[in-house]
Formats: sequence, C-alpha cells, structure tokens
Amino acid sequence: MEDIVQTVVAKYNYWIYITLMMLGLYAMIAKNNLIKKIVGMNIFQTAIILFYVSIGVKKNATIPIMQEVHGHAVNVAAYHNPLPHVLMLTAIVVGVATLGVALAFAIRIYNQYKTLEEDEILAQIRTREEQMGKI
Amino acid sequence: MNAHYPALLVTVPLLSGFVISTAGWLNKRFCFPIAVAALAVSAFSCVGVLLQVIEQGAVIYKLGAWEPPFGIVYHVDHLNGLVLVVVSMVALINLIASKRTVQEEFPEKLGPFYTMYVFMCTGLLGITVTGDAFNLYVLLEITALSGYGLLSMSNNDRSTFATLNYLYMGTIGACFYLLGVGYLYIVTGSLNMRDIAQILPSLYGSKAVVAAFIICLVGVWAKMAFFPLHGWLPNAYTFASSAASGLITPLVTKVMIYVMIRLILTIFTPAFAFSVVLVSKPIVWLAVIAIVMGAVLALASRNLKKMLTYIVVAEVGYMVGGAWLGNRIGMTGAILHIVNDALMTLCVFLAVGNIVYKIKDTGFENLQGLFRKMPFTMGAFVIGAMSIIGVPPTCGFFSKWYLISGGLQAGQYGFVAALLFSSLVSVVLFFRVFEIGFYEPLADHHGHGHSAPQPEPQPQMHPMMDEAPVSMLVPLMVVAAGLVLVGMYTGDIVEHIVRFAIPNALI
Amino acid sequence: MKIIGLFIVVLTGGFLIYAAADFPAWGDPNSPASLHVSPYYLETTVELTHVPNAVTSVVADYRGYDTMFETTVIFTAGVVCFFVLRALGRKGLREESQERLYRHVLTGVTVRVKAGGKIPESSDFQRIDVSWTPPDLIIKTICRLLVPFIQLFGLYVICFGHYSPGGGFQGGVILGASIIVYAISTDLRSAVQRFREKTDALLAATGVFIYAGTGALCLLLGFNFLDYHALAPILFVDRVMARSHGIFIVEVGVGIAVMSTMIWIYNVLASRGHYDEGL
Repeated sequence: MEDIVQTVVAKYNYWIYITLMMLGLYAMIAKNNLIKKIVGMNIFQTAIILFYVSIGVKKNATIPIMQEVHGHAVNVAAYHNPLPHVLMLTAIVVGVATLGVALAFAIRIYNQYKTLEEDEILAQIRTREEQMGKI
Repeated sequence: MNAHYPALLVTVPLLSGFVISTAGWLNKRFCFPIAVAALAVSAFSCVGVLLQVIEQGAVIYKLGAWEPPFGIVYHVDHLNGLVLVVVSMVALINLIASKRTVQEEFPEKLGPFYTMYVFMCTGLLGITVTGDAFNLYVLLEITALSGYGLLSMSNNDRSTFATLNYLYMGTIGACFYLLGVGYLYIVTGSLNMRDIAQILPSLYGSKAVVAAFIICLVGVWAKMAFFPLHGWLPNAYTFASSAASGLITPLVTKVMIYVMIRLILTIFTPAFAFSVVLVSKPIVWLAVIAIVMGAVLALASRNLKKMLTYIVVAEVGYMVGGAWLGNRIGMTGAILHIVNDALMTLCVFLAVGNIVYKIKDTGFENLQGLFRKMPFTMGAFVIGAMSIIGVPPTCGFFSKWYLISGGLQAGQYGFVAALLFSSLVSVVLFFRVFEIGFYEPLADHHGHGHSAPQPEPQPQMHPMMDEAPVSMLVPLMVVAAGLVLVGMYTGDIVEHIVRFAIPNALI
Repeated sequence: MKIIGLFIVVLTGGFLIYAAADFPAWGDPNSPASLHVSPYYLETTVELTHVPNAVTSVVADYRGYDTMFETTVIFTAGVVCFFVLRALGRKGLREESQERLYRHVLTGVTVRVKAGGKIPESSDFQRIDVSWTPPDLIIKTICRLLVPFIQLFGLYVICFGHYSPGGGFQGGVILGASIIVYAISTDLRSAVQRFREKTDALLAATGVFIYAGTGALCLLLGFNFLDYHALAPILFVDRVMARSHGIFIVEVGVGIAVMSTMIWIYNVLASRGHYDEGL
C-alpha cells in the first residue's frame, strides 16, 4: 500500500498528462462538431508535448544555458535536460501546422455543405449520392 | 558525390520544392521540369546507394558530421536500399504520367501542387533512409501534411471531408508513434535506432518497453490503414485526383509497412517482437480479418477506383500478416511484397487515371467497351490485375508464394486460407471488370442506342480507338513491363538483397 | 459513438498508466534520459559550438537536420492552406455574387451595393467588412505605435537565441504577430497592401531555402550535409566559431520562414481565401 502511494505521488506528472491525452482523444472520437474534434486533436498533441518536457526536468536544476564557467567541468545535474525541449520545439510546430491545415479544410467543408456538424454533412452526402444515382 | 548519395536523395527534392514554389509565382512553366529533374537526381542517387550497399554493406552518413547517437545519422542497409529505389522510381513515373491531368485540374496552382508532390517524395524517402527515431516522426509529418494537401483538392465534392477524416486518423497515428518514441527515450535515453537496439535487451522485462512497442505499432497501423484502423483509406483515396492517388496509394502504406518491419527487425529485435511480446498470433488473425474484409467489401463496390482501394486494404493485411508470421520466409514475402505491391498498385492506378482522363468517371456502368476504346491502357490494366491475382510470371505470384510458404511453415493455416480466398475473390473482381470492358456493346452516351430500328447495321459510328495521350501511356507501359521483369528477376532480388535485409537471428 | 469512444479511451488510458509504473520519478537526475546522450550536449556546447544556450545548439547544430524539416513542415502548411482555400482567377465570382458595403467617410452613411451593382468611384467611399465595427482610435493608434517595437523585440529574440531563451521559431512568430496585430486592428486589406501576398510567399520559400541552402553549401564544399565546419574559410573564422555563425544563419532563415508563413496562413484563413475581407 505504501509502495503504491509512493509511486502515485512521485510520478503524478504522468497521470495528469495521460488524463489530458485521453480527454483529447475522447473529444476527437466522440464529438460531432468538426471544430470540437480539431480542438480535441490539439489537446491530445499538447498533452504529449507536456509529457516529453516533463521528462527533462531535474530537481534543483536551472535552464540549460551555460553560465560562465571557464576551466571548471560542467555540472550536468545542475541543468535541465535540453533534448526534450528540442524535440518539443518540433512537435509544437507540427501541431500548429496540422491545426492550420485542419482549419483550412473545415472552412472549405463549410463552404460546400454550409454546416460543421458531422451527422448533417453525412446526411447531405447521402442525399446527393441518391440524387446522382437516380439520374 | 558518391559518398553523399544518402544526403542527396532527400535534400535535392527538398531544395527543389522551394524553387518550384518560387517558380509558381514567377513563371509557371518551370514547375514541372524542375520537379522531374529533382526526382530524377533522387532516383539516380537511390540506385547509386543501393549498388553501394550491395557491394560493401551498410552505408552510414552522418549529418552535420556528429557521431551517432549525438547527431542524426542515415543508415542505409539492404532493406531500405530496396525500398528507396522503389519509392523514387514510382514517384518519378507517376510525375511524368500525370502531367496532363495536373495541367487540366489545377492550372493556376501548379506551383503549390508540384511543391507538395516533391515534399511528399522528400518525406517518403527520408522516412526510408533515416536511422533516427525522432527524425522519422518529423518526416512522417511532412509526408502526412503534403499528402493531406494533395488529396483534398479534386473535381469531386467529397474529397475535402474524406481528407479531414484522414487527417484525424493520421494525427492520432503520428502522435501515438511520438508517444512510443517518448517512452523509449525515457527508458533508454537515446533516439538513434541502433543505439536503442543495443540498450534495450537489458530492459526487456520492463513494462515501459512493451508499452512503447505496442504504442509505436498502433501508431504505424493507424497510418497504414490496418484493420481496424482502416476506415479512412477507401474514401480518402477514391475521391482524390488521379495524380495524387497515383502517388499516394502505392507508396504511403508501403513505407509505413517498412517502418513496422524496421521496428520489428532493428529497433526491437526479432527475439523481442516474436518471443517476449506474445502478440504475433492475434496480429496474424487481425491480418486475416483485414484480408477477408477487404476482399468482401471490394466485391460490394460498384466503382472501379473504390474497389481498388479495398484491394489495397487487403494487401496491407498480406504484408502485416507476412511480417508477423515469425519466420524468414514470411518476412521475405512481406519485404518482396512491398516492392511488388507498389508496382502493381501504381500500374492499376495509372490505368484508372487514363480511364478517368477519357471518361471522367469510374462507375461500372461507364466502363463498357473500354477494351476496344483504350486497348493499351486496358492491356496494362490486365497485367496489373494478373499481378494482384497472383499469376506467374508477374511479380505478384512470387510474393504470394513466399507468403503462403511462410504461413504453412508457421502453422498459420487461417492466413493461408485467407490468401487463397482473396486471390479467388480478386479473380472474380477483375474478371467482372474485364467482362464489362470486353463483351458489352459500346455504350451510347446520349441515350439508348436502339430508339429506331436501323435498316442495316451502321458502319462504325464510334471511334475505334480513343486512347489516352502518349505522355500518359508510355509510363504505364513501362510499369506493366516492369511487373513482368521484376517477377522474372525475383530470384536475384531475394538472393542478393532481401536475404541480407533480414537478420540471421530470424529463421 | 460516444460509448465506443469512452471504451477506447478507458482502455488506452489504462494501458498507458500501467506502462508508466516503470518510469523514473519526476525530477530524478539519474534517469536514463538524463544520463545517456544529453550530458554530452551540456558538456560540449560551449567548447564545440561557442553557444551557451544548449537548446539552441542542439536544435540548430547537433540535431539541425530535424529543424530543417520542421521548418519545411511549417512551410508546407502554408502551401497547403493556400492550395486548398485560395480562390485565384475566380476573384470576380465573390465580388459579383455577394453584396459589398461601402461607407461614406464624411457623413458616416453606409451604402450597400447589391450583387453585380456599380461600385462608387470616389475616394470618399471606403470599403468596409461585413463584420465591421466602428474604428476605435485608441486601438488603432496604440497598435500602430507598438508594431515597430514588437518587430524589434522579435529581431532581438532571433539574434539572442545564442545567449538567452529564444531562437528562430520564437522570433519568427513574434515578427509575424506584429503584422497580424496590424491586420486585426485596422483591416486585412491595409495589412495585405503593406505586406503583399507574393512577397510573403517568396519570403517563406527563401527562408527555408537559406536553411537547406546552407546545408547544401557545406555539401558542395566537400563536407557532410549541414556540417558548419565547411563555412570556416568563407566566413574567415576558425572552425568552432564557424559553427556558431552557421547556427545564426540558419536561425535567421527559420525566423524569416516562420514569420512569412504565419502571416500567410492567417491571411488565407481569415479571409477564407479571398484576401478582401477578414477579421
């Protein structure tokens, strides 16, 4: 019991990020409105970014910008890990790019179907197909 | 330049993308030639690097001259050398064949279209050649974004909505892959594929490693449309323009299969993938369902292009099942099928592109009399169909043979049965198309041809042959000939390349 | 759909939580992630690249190849948005099929011109957006005054990425924001007039080309791709300083590309592809 409580408390960042990820994933699957799905996608990606950044944290450490230490060896434990930050720069940019493209698609779909609700769009597609099938 | 082939084959298309984008604003006539030149240089480098690998073994290229695992490294061995050549050749041939359709469909946006085309090739080639797990994610996203752009615009109304659904699934897949790489990074501290492979064996008992494997696998499955994550593929690829579907359909799923094989063989060694994580049998059963479902849904479709996309879903099932059989023959079959399926799919989609160029629709009711109207196109389509069915000497037969042998050796009789079932269904599918094309009389497009009784049979009022233009025919013929050639040289390919692509640990 | 979604989410979440049991605790300095590759970056960043900011040196040098593709990703997003939405050659369609609103500046009277009607010629009439609000003098003036300071700060962030948190992406976004704030506070048309679409698109391509071109230059000079040592003879500095300068050059390229693409995407999305009305 002690063990489990210890584990839960020591790693609470992971539980938070997993919860966020699952919230985003649920929004993407279950919501009907296209914009809500896109927002869910963004939450999902952001949670993964937070997850990565939390990997690089070290207790009592500062940002990874070297102070002037001529001649002394660098104390690695005093600086946060720079690599997850670098990876997440990329992931943030990718997230923004995907968001922009998804919004462009949403605008075009709205121009075509005059609605952003997925069930209404599917109903319109079905009626158009039936009309074309009849001709 | 010899030593720089690995860098050239990715960066030349990349640089040309920016030049094409500029040319699109200044003078549109340069877009196509620049794209062709860039992809030709890239194809040449791919062939060059494959020859180097065959001669001397793996080629390692350090970007920025940093040693791995501190910098990003390109690692070309037999497996990716082969896939590189296939990807660049398919992209180049499709580019040349689709010049006319692109000119017709996007006359003012040639610059952006060719930019996205070339970036897609950059992404695919980069995914294949890289030796760094995170670099693969970035290139995956380039491929995905340019793919979304290419697929979303066409004459068809439904393409944008279908592409948005593809976007959701693609993003979920890429994010899962990123999460898996994150898990690997937490437990190993490295991003280089071979470095991870070295550190992992001591950690095999850890739950995080198993989770990383499964998460990466699910992510890659979402991107390759493996059952049950396949829902986006038929719609996204059917409603796209011919040029886009000719590039994306043969290549993206195959490159994802390459990524999966890379995960199994290199990052997580076969010992882990087949023995520690006991998922091989369920995955092969999923593959069986994918094959059967793809075949049945293809039977149900009344549209040629949609039928072909369901066949693609089934083909993905072949390759995933073959890779997960757990023996050498099955893996050989899967790798060989990557090459063969890319060529077969390109062949049939180019043929369909020609049909769409002439007839504007691929519903079965419009395909009547096609064999008389477009004999060369349909001839090539027949060869492609033979390859999908698995008739010697086309290449499809040989990879199916390997897959079936592997299935028999592994005792996965369900997989073998599914393969045979799907071949039979393909026979029915394609002979149905042939029948419509061959035997029914030429359809009169303006009405019903027998409104008034004719005193004597009219001499040919319809043109004998209304074939697609030469620029679309010649690449198609080349690919069809290639199908037979690759089939005949299968023995050489397996002997010299595929044999070395699979580590000796796999029996 | 909701039940399936709930089921998938609970399953996946449970699986992820189960796997996280094996992770190192938060903030542990002895986790494998902190011990294997990253100490090398922290220890050698000053001596091998003369850049104290470890994140910048890793982003632009050690893993510079990733960053080049990342810049390509953002450029591709701009190209895709343009390709999907931009209504070229059919500009007339929008103007004819929709009514436009013109405002007489002197009297404040709004004139609605129906579809296909005649446009008032004189400069007393000012085109306004459908979602027009009365211009607020305070907002317009403050934003106009702020734009050069924002741009100065953006340039500072790009150039000081070596020594403080910053870099190409961050500075580029700030620069882009300066033009977007002008577009939001006045209207899209005046912002597009000051920073035209063609300039924007060409700049975006140029920015990424600077990055990839630097790498190609290193290749042509006989070194590996993106090996900044090759730039030492060109820039007349020693090999280590050449890395620092190489990082700066690519950061500038990234900044230009990101600025132009942000503005491009904003323009295309806000005006829904027509470049005449926006937020």
